Amino acid sequence: MSENYQKVLNSERFKKLIKKRWTFSFFMLAVLFVVYYGYIFMIALNKDFVTKKVGVYTNVGIIMGVGVILAAWILTYVYVLWANNVYDKEVEEIKKEL
Amino acid sequence: MEYKFGEPNLVAIGCFVAVVILTLIITFLVARKQKQSASNYYTAGGGITGFQNGLALAGDYMSAASFLGISGLVALKGYDGMIYAVGWLVGWPALMFLIAEPLRNLGKYSFADVVAYRLNQGPIRTASAIGGLLVLLCYTIAQMVGSGKLIELMFGIPYIWAEIIVGAVMLLYVLYGGMLATTWVQIIKACLLLFGVTILTLLVLAKFNFNPGNLYGAVQETYGVEMLNPGGLVKGPVEALSLGLALMLGLLGLPHILMRFFTVPNAKEARKSVVYATTFIGYFYLIIPIVGFGAAVLVGKSAIMKIGSGGNMAAPMLSQLLGGTPFLGFIAAVAFATILAVVAGLTLAASAALGNDLYVSTFKKGNVTESEKLKAARMSTVIYGVAAVALGIAFQKQNVAFLVALAFSIAASANFPSLFLSIVWKKLSTTGVVMSILFGGLSAAILIVLSPTVWVTILGNSAAIFPYKFPTIISLPLAFIGAWIGSVLVPDKAAQEKYEQVKIRTYLGVGISDASDH
Repeated sequence: MSENYQKVLNSERFKKLIKKRWTFSFFMLAVLFVVYYGYIFMIALNKDFVTKKVGVYTNVGIIMGVGVILAAWILTYVYVLWANNVYDKEVEEIKKEL
Repeated sequence: MEYKFGEPNLVAIGCFVAVVILTLIITFLVARKQKQSASNYYTAGGGITGFQNGLALAGDYMSAASFLGISGLVALKGYDGMIYAVGWLVGWPALMFLIAEPLRNLGKYSFADVVAYRLNQGPIRTASAIGGLLVLLCYTIAQMVGSGKLIELMFGIPYIWAEIIVGAVMLLYVLYGGMLATTWVQIIKACLLLFGVTILTLLVLAKFNFNPGNLYGAVQETYGVEMLNPGGLVKGPVEALSLGLALMLGLLGLPHILMRFFTVPNAKEARKSVVYATTFIGYFYLIIPIVGFGAAVLVGKSAIMKIGSGGNMAAPMLSQLLGGTPFLGFIAAVAFATILAVVAGLTLAASAALGNDLYVSTFKKGNVTESEKLKAARMSTVIYGVAAVALGIAFQKQNVAFLVALAFSIAASANFPSLFLSIVWKKLSTTGVVMSILFGGLSAAILIVLSPTVWVTILGNSAAIFPYKFPTIISLPLAFIGAWIGSVLVPDKAAQEKYEQVKIRTYLGVGISDASDH
């Protein structure tokens, strides 16, 4: 383990990066939980709302199901955008100090 | 109309043989250039791109159970089947947020590498390998039994022969080409499956002026509005919570999925693979309910039930109705290829647990030559492959539906907590991991036996001792409690120091190349 490694390990910048990474991850996970469990609990507890018709035959439940699938994809994509544009840039900067 | 199942269908057999020959040729072409080593055998030398790995992940995950099972469930139960389709996708974003990148940066051949990295190798690898193998075995038996019945029904081949053919062809790919060949088999299978289901969806929608609303209208007029409304699948908040945790976090503990992250060169490609996988799998689950509803209206529930009460034949029947016998043959071949690919992925992951974690790293303590490593990999592949066929035959008459629930529950409660904690918790000790895997795995297994699925349906008791189908709501917290107790009682100072040093590798990806070289 070189001296530079130790310096980076103890640097505020590196500690901040790790904190930022997990804050963002857990925030995204929380959104995912809200979206998915919101859907599931709505089905379990509020049948009247879920069975309400949107248009002639389609109902709220079907729209919500499609919505959760799309939301899962969007969340994944947002994470990658963040990782590529924010996290990776910071990583490259820190790597220069090694 | 008359459905032609159970008699040899020339188109189906022709398509199947074409798929096998095509994949074997590609296997041969790609594997020929590859150097023979354990690293190439388990991880394709880390040279797979994010796009390829995304398709392969989708191939590993979209089993015949999700294709035939979910379309059948929608055909018979309507909206409730759709809830399942949604649930199977939500693990993927979680996988991305929590473990995809650190997993890539820390591991080599299997997720046990990550858990064992800074802890006592022997006990950790043994415990992780056993947890991993339990998940793989449950998953494999469910796949083998399902596939045997499917092939028997579609091709008219006796059950035992169906098992032997799946086992033999699968071993051919894995033994000859290792991870590289398996990856290509997964890619081809994923493309075929997505193509087949897209055609089937378009054929259904063409009957309804390409307006899903018209399809729902036909469903409502034939079976009443209940078919479009949620029914009895989600009974209450606790059941819903437990099911969701198992589906979501189970994915994060499936060894054959986790192993795929070691085939890409870095964290960036790992990330890309999850986006592509989520795209393909999300698309698949978006359109599969249309196939199910289409089958309910066009084929009819009673005709589907006549062939099999589970509804598994809904999609094949629909394909015969809309595209004639040739299209049925194509869909049957796709289902067969799907099974082959999933079993190949499971076998490769099992051989990493048996050959590398248990034999090379624990039993031999790493004192083996490169060629012995490769030999151990191949031997354990054969042992697991033969065991898969034998177990598939042994469980022929059993109701194996609970095995998938068991696989996901153990994955979520034994593998995921120890893997996740080893990444984020400094104070995790060797005893903590072993206790976590024991607490989570055992409680999941015991509660499943006491749950309605086994206690009532299989053992014939009148009421279940544990009321929920999935034990995760109890077993997952128990796994975390186990990790905490073990780590507090028997702390590991050296591991805590190493945790700090490993951070450079975990978060910056520095030093991962030397891991995949040797």
